[in-house]
Amino acid sequence: MPDVQVLVNDFLNKLKKRKIEGSLATARQTAELLRSVISQQRVPYRNQARALIDAVRAVGEQLIAANPVELAVGNIVRRVLHIIREEDLSLTTAAMAGLGLSAASDDEDDADQDNHPVLSAAAVAAAARSTLRPPSLQTLLEDVPDSAAVPHTSSSGGDSEGKSKSADKSSRTRRLKHDVIEAVNELIQDIATCHEQIAEQAVEHIHQNEVILTLGSSRTVLEFLCAAKEKQRSFRVFVAEGAPRYQGHLLAKELVTRGLQTTLITDSAVFAMISRVNMVIVGAHAVMANGGVIAPVGLNMVALAAKRHAVPFVVLAGSHKLCPLYPHHPEVLLNELRSPSELLDFGEFSDCMDFGSGTASPLLHVINPTFDYVPPKLVSLFITDTGGHNPSYMYRLIADYYSADDLVVQRRPPTGR
Amino acid sequence: MEPRRAPRTVIDPKVRQVGFFAPGAPPERAVSGPPAPIASSSSSSPPVSDLSPSLSPVMIPPPRHSSADNALLPSSSSSRPVPASPLRQDSLTPASGRRYSKPSEFFPAMSLTASSSYAGRMVGNAEFSDDLRGNMVTVVPAASSFPSGGFDLTAVKASSVPASGLTTVSVVKMMPPVYDPETIVEKVGGSVEVQNDRPESSKPLKEKTSKAERRALQEAQRAAKAAAKAEGSKVPASSGAVMGANAKPTKATKSHSQKNDSATVAGSEKRGGDRLSEKDRKKDAPHPRMQYDDKIRVEKAKRRAVVKQTEARNRVELFRHLPQYEHGTQLPDLESKFFQLDPVHPAVYKVGLQYLSGSISGGNARCIAMLEAFREAIKDYSTPSEKTLSRDLTAKINSYVSFLIECRPLSISMGNAIRFLKSRIAKVPLTLSESEAKALLQSDIEHFINEKIILADNVIVNHAVTKIKDGDVLLTYGSSSAVEMILLHAHELGKQFRVVVVDSRPKLEGKLLLRRLVGKGLSCTYTNINAISYIMREVTQVFLGASSVLSNGTVYSRVGTACVAMVAHEFRVPVLVCCEAYKFHERVLLDSICSNELGDPDVISEVPGRDDINYLDGLTNSENLQLLNLIYDATPSDYVSMIVTDYGMVPPTSVPVIVREYRREHVWV
Repeated sequence: MPDVQVLVNDFLNKLKKRKIEGSLATARQTAELLRSVISQQRVPYRNQARALIDAVRAVGEQLIAANPVELAVGNIVRRVLHIIREEDLSLTTAAMAGLGLSAASDDEDDADQDNHPVLSAAAVAAAARSTLRPPSLQTLLEDVPDSAAVPHTSSSGGDSEGKSKSADKSSRTRRLKHDVIEAVNELIQDIATCHEQIAEQAVEHIHQNEVILTLGSSRTVLEFLCAAKEKQRSFRVFVAEGAPRYQGHLLAKELVTRGLQTTLITDSAVFAMISRVNMVIVGAHAVMANGGVIAPVGLNMVALAAKRHAVPFVVLAGSHKLCPLYPHHPEVLLNELRSPSELLDFGEFSDCMDFGSGTASPLLHVINPTFDYVPPKLVSLFITDTGGHNPSYMYRLIADYYSADDLVVQRRPPTGR
Repeated sequence: MEPRRAPRTVIDPKVRQVGFFAPGAPPERAVSGPPAPIASSSSSSPPVSDLSPSLSPVMIPPPRHSSADNALLPSSSSSRPVPASPLRQDSLTPASGRRYSKPSEFFPAMSLTASSSYAGRMVGNAEFSDDLRGNMVTVVPAASSFPSGGFDLTAVKASSVPASGLTTVSVVKMMPPVYDPETIVEKVGGSVEVQNDRPESSKPLKEKTSKAERRALQEAQRAAKAAAKAEGSKVPASSGAVMGANAKPTKATKSHSQKNDSATVAGSEKRGGDRLSEKDRKKDAPHPRMQYDDKIRVEKAKRRAVVKQTEARNRVELFRHLPQYEHGTQLPDLESKFFQLDPVHPAVYKVGLQYLSGSISGGNARCIAMLEAFREAIKDYSTPSEKTLSRDLTAKINSYVSFLIECRPLSISMGNAIRFLKSRIAKVPLTLSESEAKALLQSDIEHFINEKIILADNVIVNHAVTKIKDGDVLLTYGSSSAVEMILLHAHELGKQFRVVVVDSRPKLEGKLLLRRLVGKGLSCTYTNINAISYIMREVTQVFLGASSVLSNGTVYSRVGTACVAMVAHEFRVPVLVCCEAYKFHERVLLDSICSNELGDPDVISEVPGRDDINYLDGLTNSENLQLLNLIYDATPSDYVSMIVTDYGMVPPTSVPVIVREYRREHVWV
């Protein structure tokens, strides 16, 4: 346990100092940290899921507080919580089926699940997602008993659970933790490979001689473009440099070394160039449940220009960027102001400013936000690792990944109920 | 007149009858029924109509069909009000009746001239008005020779009036006959110049007096235009006898086309016939910039070029039509050539170098620097023997301009200033001695700088300041001299407001503006253009500068202005564009691709002060990488709430009106 605390503190420090760049790295490291938290967690005989959830929630709370703007942390915490719940549910149902309780036996769905009790529910769900299967009416119907069962198992960990658990204590103590860790590993793998899954769809969206504009740098965009290039599509890319971080230079370099026709432009030239662009493809920092995008600064401007010229605005986002929250005033509340030194050199204006008069408010402010909020009406398409989606559909996609109980992580749930 | 009126009165009821009796029949046929010969004759030969030349103010909209309008004109010349303001009355009075009665009152310089030559002169004057030209062409397609008939008349008159005291009379005699009409025309132009120059000296002071006065002025111009039109259709009629003898339209054309290279406005001064005016109209239409994907012309231009340009390594395909040259190589190259470049005046040369190095930038600064240099050049100019000042000086200015273009493409405002200067040179009266002419031109340039740029800026500041309230948050982009003056003036007035300076790479002009504003004690916020959506929610007004405002309301300005205006529009924040009227242009532009300027691409790849951004260090030679440094972009007019100009605050839809009025004033000044 103490070594986990060290890990947690270390990670907290990194988050607070903004040492971790990018949502992908954050998501992976969060998942890894939570995995070790789970594996170190001593589980009681009864109510294991509750114990795991509490442990993850406690750590997650700290992590989210460390960098509330980095939504990927919260996303992963919620994903892990969801995994625990799903595993617990699958074990419970399996146990109940094994006991031969007649209550569920007439239900066909439960009988279906009995056929493959080896596979965990989370694995089944993950498999369903990775096959890009759109939620059919049947799956929606299937969900109904599940979601009804979730609060039953999680919140009321009393007598009914105790009954079922007592049936095979020995096997379940090990299996739940094992299954959860297995599923978290899968999640980590998913995060690592989301680029490839997104990039696979590139050929469906990029045609010959297309002109594509992007701003800043995103690994997802890079992989996406390169995948299309590998499929012998020839197209040109305008890269806006994305001041003040100038990640666009990095992207331009990568694209050039991979043989793509690349033109680097300043951010101010976006409006001028957009009329000759066929598609805008950008990465995101996070995708909110309403379909809005928290994106690198400057993208709202690009999206507006694209809207003006009826250019499709495509956002690439791995599933770890899907945030189940609905934004309120995200331009300010989900934003972060970076150092002014990126815009003005330190001391550059020291001669103009009167430091002596401490009473008056300073004459010069420098504003250097990190993110922009792109409202859903400006987004044409989201491409995630499960395929392309409309902004209006994002809430449903997100519902697949998270359980409703976890949306609010910060508030400590009333324990011992 | 009587016979003309009679058929009209016959026709009109007939047209009405058509409506009554045969609704299916087209009215044209009914018109061309019984009175057909008369109708056709009146429409094909309006010059024959010897109607009274006077007009009523009703005639302000230009008539589509001159014969009909002539017929409708009231024949009472005495009751016509003269709407001219006292300011411009002498140069504008179109009234033919008055002209005959008191010539010396209006043209004091020409008191010796026989009054009969005024007819010709006024023809010239009428012809010169640009707006008339269009009507002449459309209305009188058949009678292509009559305006030159008018000139011929002038020629006859001028040479037959020894008392006119103009030296040109002797010139006319010495010149080969081919040049006859043109020299006369030039003389006419010159005399027009004299008339116009006297009032002009007092004009700049009064120019900015009041709105009412300006309004009166506009009205006077309109009336003058209408008068000139009436005159244009009348005078050939009076010279109908000469028309038969007139055999010189082609010569006039030829001699004119030789001079076509000179100033456009000068060209319009010397119009001899319809074909000419057609041609000139083409020429007057905005000259398309050189398209750099046209290989032949680029080769030609290269041979002429003074500045050695090496083409950029990786040209952006989309901008093949714009010059894409290596930057940084020209300056030392040009410096080393200093002693070989005798045709370029040192002052012009200096300005060229300053353009090249970027030490002078900004529309007004560049324009003023150029005009000052031209003034210096004119000061040191001496006409070579056997050449006339106006032609030789125009050629000189042309060569200077092409030199400056090589240093940096001209801005639209500079094009306007050059056009103005050339028109002034072309209008220099031949009667003046060289030193007088030079002094005149220098004072013209002074006037232009003072009136069109400096005074205009003051007017703009006074207008715009009224829009700034206490508690405002004003956003500006880049660095505009007009906006800076507005902000400083508002601060001096004690208004409490905050300024958001938005900046963008690569020029980072906003930093300089920020420094000046903070130095003056204004409370400022500085941010990058990417953060515009973040900052816009607290902004109450956006003030933008412009390089030019085009006729379709498009604002052509520093790249990024369109983005700022777009976001402001999205946030429902009013966008005020501050631009002097001399920067307005009749061109139209839809996007930023077709016409633009490309800066040094290398400044894109390196970020000053940020050594960590060096990803592209080794790649600038790579074939796949292009760096694009656009200088301007075009803001669609729907993003602009208001344009603050020296004529007041107008919506972008009013730009063509100002362009039209402004150009006319240009011609008349």
